[in-house]
Amino acid sequence: MRRSSFLNIIFIVIILIFVLYPFYAMFIASLKSPQELYNIKANPFCVQKPTLNNYITLLRKTNFLHWFLNSTIVTISTTIISITVSVLAAYALARLNFIGSKVLGVGIFIVYLVPQTLLFVSLSRVINSLNLSNSLWSLIFTYPTFQIPFSTWLLMGYFRSLPREVEEAAEVDGASKLKTLLKIVIPMAFPAIITVTLFCFVLSWGEMIYALTFISESLKQTLSVGTTTELIRGDMFYWGPLMAGGLLSALPVVLAFSFLVDYYVSGLSAGAIK
Amino acid sequence: MRRKLRENLIGFSFILPSLIIIFSLVTIPLIMSFYLCFTDSQIGKLGRFIGISNFKLLLENSVFQITIYNSLLFTFISVILKLLIGLGTALILYNLKFSGKSLRAIILLPWVIPSVFGILGWLWILDPLYGSLNWIFQYFGFSKIPWLSSIFWARFSIILVNTWRGFPFFAIGFLGALVGIPKEIYEAASIDGTNSFQKFWFVTFPLLKPTLLVLTLFSIVMTISDFSIVYILTRGGPVNSTHVFATLAYQFGLSGGQIGIGAAISLFMFPFLIFSAIFILRIISKEEIY
Repeated sequence: MRRSSFLNIIFIVIILIFVLYPFYAMFIASLKSPQELYNIKANPFCVQKPTLNNYITLLRKTNFLHWFLNSTIVTISTTIISITVSVLAAYALARLNFIGSKVLGVGIFIVYLVPQTLLFVSLSRVINSLNLSNSLWSLIFTYPTFQIPFSTWLLMGYFRSLPREVEEAAEVDGASKLKTLLKIVIPMAFPAIITVTLFCFVLSWGEMIYALTFISESLKQTLSVGTTTELIRGDMFYWGPLMAGGLLSALPVVLAFSFLVDYYVSGLSAGAIK
Repeated sequence: MRRKLRENLIGFSFILPSLIIIFSLVTIPLIMSFYLCFTDSQIGKLGRFIGISNFKLLLENSVFQITIYNSLLFTFISVILKLLIGLGTALILYNLKFSGKSLRAIILLPWVIPSVFGILGWLWILDPLYGSLNWIFQYFGFSKIPWLSSIFWARFSIILVNTWRGFPFFAIGFLGALVGIPKEIYEAASIDGTNSFQKFWFVTFPLLKPTLLVLTLFSIVMTISDFSIVYILTRGGPVNSTHVFATLAYQFGLSGGQIGIGAAISLFMFPFLIFSAIFILRIISKEEIY
């Protein structure tokens, strides 16, 4: 018994190092001066003379702030669109018995599994023909396609688990479906809506292939593409600013996650297993 | 009758916005892909129908053959590793004497943080000259390893990063399922005098099986369709030897402008997707998993 719990602790420590080390390495590298960064002998696990120069370079000499703003615009607008549309769809699929609702429920799940990498080639043609290349609109239009199926699927499960009686009582009192949804169902489903919002935010914030395909102008790029294409040029790696950029880009997600871990975990199990 | 009609109308109007978005930006592009893969379309050129030439060309192309091999190899090995490490982590977290809430949150980080940003950390760690892995190897007197520039080690690194990114998904999925197993079942088993391995194999494992299948199928779809890991770590190199479907489709379809071939390459992911979708739906409808 003793021995096995000792082994458990070792296993967990190894797992923690495995999980955290890439972020730690980025952090250390982001604080190093070029002299220290490009010194083969320098210890990679600690920093001798920490400096914020990489962060200053990133903010002053690259378009990082533009990318950050673009990511923010795209993420907020697509999250709002997706949540609104998904709440309506999920409520209809969970509560209203209309022709085809069962088939649509299954359809939503299949679309949920369709990866962006399956569609980006032909979508690039659609975006081109709509004249949306190099415009944030191309992302605002396309990101809901992977946010909505997930959100609808998760919300549908949650709505089904709510007690029906309250809604029925409201309807007896003459409330319309829309009013029941707004006044009764949404307040009850608040935890699920927070979960879905968090997922939409994370998915949109880190999306790469659509952003890479539809947008080539530096000022219009988002964080995922801007950092990886502007700070890596062929064989040239601007390691200091690159690491600083990666960390600053991940920061909003880490913050949101750390406040809403429980919502995230419940969404993960509900989305993947239910 | 009247009421039924009303409910149908309301139902349709509620679902209409999502249907419009999904139809125009998922269904239509998907149909277009199925059409484009039989044409010689290029960027800015409509192209004409050329039958299965694209597929013939691809299957005879050695880079594409390697790509199929890579996609299957990366997916197969990393899904198994994710599953094993994830299961191990879940079992330990479950048996902790204290509430491991923050531990659970930390372990989820590679999965939560958009993969692009975490992969940048790996890119740095794996750097042949300044990266910390080679620093350790040299410190202990071993020679440096060309992590991303030799075919073997590049594949190794891609699988490593895939595993890093995906095992938390299994760990938290399994942990959720373990918490859902009623304690009485274990008590009954210990009265019958089973040891802990028997308990796992005969009690826990069968109960975890539906979860295991669903997580695995999800993971297969996500791993085989991944783009950013290979794109950031190797861009498909050295000499096109580490491409997966997504990166090769990008190289042909976007960088090379050959939309028809690009569409054909990405469609190779479709069977995996349909297979997984059908099985997941079957398992979900049969079993009660919470």
